[in-house]
Amino acid sequence: MDSANNNAAAGKNAAALEKPESQLRQMWDSLKSNKGAMVGLVIILLLVLIAVFGKLLMPFDPNSLDMSASFIHPNGEHWFGTDQLGRDIFSRIIDGAHISLTVGLSAVAISLTIGTLLGAAAGYRGGKTDTIIMRIMDMMLAIPSILLAIAFMAALGKGIDKAVIAIGLVSIPEYARIVRGSILSVKENDYVQAAKVVGNKGPRIVFKHIMPNVLSSIVVRATLGISTAVLDTSALGFLGLGVQPPYAEWGDMLGRARGFIFSAPYTLIFPGVAITITVLAFNLLGDGLRDALDPKARKR
Amino acid sequence: MNEPLVQIKNLKKYFTVDTDFLGRPTSVLKAVDDVSFDIHKGEAFGLVGESGCGKTTIGKMLVNLYKPTSGQIIFDGRDLTALSDKERRRCCRDIQLIFQDPYSSLNPRMTIGDIIAEPIIINKLLPSNEVESRVNYLLNCVGLANHQRNRYPHEFSGGQRQRVGIARALAVQPKLIVCDEPVSALDVSIQAQVLNLLDDLKAEFGLTYLFIAHGLNVVKHISDRVGVMYLGKLMEIAPKSDLYKNPLNPYTQALLSAIPTIDVNRKKERIILKGDVPSPIDPGDGCRFSSRCFKSFDGCDAVCPALKDMGGSHLVACRLFDEAAG
Repeated sequence: MDSANNNAAAGKNAAALEKPESQLRQMWDSLKSNKGAMVGLVIILLLVLIAVFGKLLMPFDPNSLDMSASFIHPNGEHWFGTDQLGRDIFSRIIDGAHISLTVGLSAVAISLTIGTLLGAAAGYRGGKTDTIIMRIMDMMLAIPSILLAIAFMAALGKGIDKAVIAIGLVSIPEYARIVRGSILSVKENDYVQAAKVVGNKGPRIVFKHIMPNVLSSIVVRATLGISTAVLDTSALGFLGLGVQPPYAEWGDMLGRARGFIFSAPYTLIFPGVAITITVLAFNLLGDGLRDALDPKARKR
Repeated sequence: MNEPLVQIKNLKKYFTVDTDFLGRPTSVLKAVDDVSFDIHKGEAFGLVGESGCGKTTIGKMLVNLYKPTSGQIIFDGRDLTALSDKERRRCCRDIQLIFQDPYSSLNPRMTIGDIIAEPIIINKLLPSNEVESRVNYLLNCVGLANHQRNRYPHEFSGGQRQRVGIARALAVQPKLIVCDEPVSALDVSIQAQVLNLLDDLKAEFGLTYLFIAHGLNVVKHISDRVGVMYLGKLMEIAPKSDLYKNPLNPYTQALLSAIPTIDVNRKKERIILKGDVPSPIDPGDGCRFSSRCFKSFDGCDAVCPALKDMGGSHLVACRLFDEAAG
């Protein structure tokens, strides 16, 4: 019990102690050994580079109209063809990268943060807190999400930043429900009770003992959420509430091209592929992150 | 006999099963119903009974996981049920719990070193530079090696995990440890190791145990006194030797007769109880055991017997020993 005893015991065994690797280092090692996650990470880095330095890569002005050059099939000059207004699709996809990435990530960030906090409060506190929060979430879910987003935009005003906020707010209930459900099941574990017994306070129990154990479902949902956010933005853009023409945005390109699905499928395919690759990359990275964060799945 | 460390007085815990539309309870589960006993300093008090008899509920009320419906828990001269939440949490440090299931009682995302260090850190028991040596010391106390500190719970066996759970409980230097069936999830060979470890630690740290178990044989090994529970009520409390030699309550007699023996020549009289444990939801006024008791007589199902001192600190709740009824 006395500290002299402690120190003696510690000193004796100090030599035998294996050098502890930092948690971050272990996670990075695990992530590195996961091929899928590394592919995802490389794609995401490329996308970020494209979003930042895209202006230098574009063969054509993405917004210049040339009606005489509309619907040109993909060829050596126009790699991805041109759209109904004669704009080069390759250039537009590069131009749209930064808007689409920003929209996807920031909308998810908004709904993830607020949804997680609300879900955590509802799941952990239970009782009246739970009822009040979850009934509000149910009300939001009862209204079609696009309609709700339009309502938010009516209140916030036009513009891409407002569209992101509206989409972020609309998908809060999904995150709240997932987090609440996971917390309800994890909360029953003895280690949560043990944390209470040794004197932990509520917030620390939630963030230190419960949250890490519900992370996997949140990560998976969030990576999928990026694609929904991109597509929802396009829907708003289609209604004239999101990205304003002529600016390129992948979802918006997809939405406007849907009339030409049979006559000029390439106008639809390439923006769709861009969205798919982005979502896939985030998904792969998300899966890898989930495994890297779980000591049990982590390879040693 | 030492002075009592814990006095439990008329402790009750009712769970509401169903409510009417105004929120008033219509059916109530009486998990612990008017239980009183003392635990003396330095002893190991065994609490036995079958599943659902309320023994774990008592343990969880002691460590503040449940709030008692009524009654008092007097710990070290203070009534825990009357304290504010903040004071109660501070007081909680003195009472720790060892869980039944070593597989769900350790956070899978934390290394065992972090699990053991956490109680010390959040309660600010030691300056941060001394925490590590204290964790090493605790690991050694429970028979684990220092270098295992950075491993995760899933890398350990059930017995080793239970040792981590014990080290966590010891980390805050408690006075009382509630052992909630600490060995029932373990192999028999490991059970003995963990029980011996608990025995050694009790002497080394001057601990007091409330040892909850569902069989009398495990309790026999470690306890000084034993309380027998049935459906939320205490049936009998006695010093260990007295209880095993001379069980008074018919329920205790039936429980003792169910302990398997390796002596095949010894003829054992096995008391086999009829029927199942009745539901603890809205039990009647009478003795809880009366529906299955092989010695029940007129009036047992109407009058609930109180604990009665039969001398030698042997207490029993049975109408067989009530002069008024007998």
